[in-house]
Amino acid sequence: MTARSPIPGKLIAVEGLDGSGKSTQIYLLKRWLELRGYKVFFTEWNSSTIVRQATRKGKKRQLLTPTTFSLIHCTDFADRYDRTILPLLNTGAIVLADRYIYTAFARDAVRGCNRDWLRSLYSYARRPDLTFYFKVPLDVALGRILEGRPQLKYHEAGMDLNLSTDPYESFRLFQGMIQEEYERLTGEFDFMVVDATAAPEQQQLDVRRVVEERIELGNYRWRIPAPYAAALDFGYWNARDMQSKVDDRNA
Amino acid sequence: MPRGFYRSGLPGTGAEELRGKLIVVEGADGSGRSTQVQMLRDALERSGHATVDVGLKRSRLVGRELDGAMQGNILSPRTLTLFYATDFADQLENRIVPALKAGFVVLADRYIYTLMARALVRGGQREWLQEVYGIALVPDAVFYLGVTPRLLAERNLRRNSVLDYWEAGMDIRRSGGMYENFIRYQRLIQREFRAMESLYDFETVNGNRAPKIIFRELIGKIELLLK
Repeated sequence: MTARSPIPGKLIAVEGLDGSGKSTQIYLLKRWLELRGYKVFFTEWNSSTIVRQATRKGKKRQLLTPTTFSLIHCTDFADRYDRTILPLLNTGAIVLADRYIYTAFARDAVRGCNRDWLRSLYSYARRPDLTFYFKVPLDVALGRILEGRPQLKYHEAGMDLNLSTDPYESFRLFQGMIQEEYERLTGEFDFMVVDATAAPEQQQLDVRRVVEERIELGNYRWRIPAPYAAALDFGYWNARDMQSKVDDRNA
Repeated sequence: MPRGFYRSGLPGTGAEELRGKLIVVEGADGSGRSTQVQMLRDALERSGHATVDVGLKRSRLVGRELDGAMQGNILSPRTLTLFYATDFADQLENRIVPALKAGFVVLADRYIYTLMARALVRGGQREWLQEVYGIALVPDAVFYLGVTPRLLAERNLRRNSVLDYWEAGMDIRRSGGMYENFIRYQRLIQREFRAMESLYDFETVNGNRAPKIIFRELIGKIELLLK
């Protein structure tokens, strides 16, 4: 097992329901780190090009069972892990992951996969140094996603679970089950819980503060500074400065 | 009836509802494996057994994609293992299990053991592989056709006039030509099979002999199993 082996890089993951705002927050974290001149990279769940084709076909033709759904995503993740995430960590970069193995733990367990099997399946993947869980009441997350009556994809809505024939109702039930799994994972994997109902600025502030506290950021600077970093300095470079801006605005 | 699953099994599938028989034939390319599967199928169908055959890279889900990925050889051994596991699981759930429920004899032209042996010689961890393939059914019988590497090379060359890149282990080649690598790689694979023999209750069959003789041995054993 390679979990927690001494690799110079740092891995930060965000997890949470669709509509929890985690992607916005990790984007802001990335901007903050890169503008300060740190070696930071971003990776998303399910974005490897090689396996994507097969995943897409399986989803479109509804060929997937809980087991093959889980395995194909794990294949996809392995490709991304071995070719991107692990090399980046080995070079001593900060890697930001929008969803990580916990997404699979939650989603696949809801579909009925054995929880121990899932943990073994992904045991090669290094545990993040920090995992932020964006905790949000189900209604709020659902409201953010369903407000525009989006076209929900079959698996996204959890239609394969036969919870309801109505995609929106199915999505609601499915997300509720995923949330329960996330609650279970929070303690097991030591998630940092972020109140995702707070103002986005406040959430970002909390995230940055934790990152500053837990990671010796000075070790992750590019040897060559980022081109505009100095010019772009308008006073948001540390959490304290940003807190004062937020406080000013709230005053 | 298969004797259950190795570890976690498949969600929603109970081994007790599987009435058929799962028979596995393992061996390298050129071991006569596919010939034997074909002969067994003919014999079983002649005597009225409904059969289904499965093999590697034959799933509807990823069979073709997996083949394509092998051509390029850019996936890590770990990714390939998981890709193969996906292919295996798809066939397990969509072909093997339904056929066994219906009382068929399932003939597997290779099974998880080849996949594990290949992964192990590439540095895969045994415990992890056992967990990944813990979804597999324990077959009613596993026959491993052992053929000396030199004879395997000869048979492959006779059939195709080239040695297959993967069967020669060229992705993990050392110095030397393709022939030397083929021999070395097949020896490593055989060592893994020997290590699995008692763990998974294989019957090793001497595959150096003529196909007819091997067939008589196999069908004799299978008929006993089907009684």
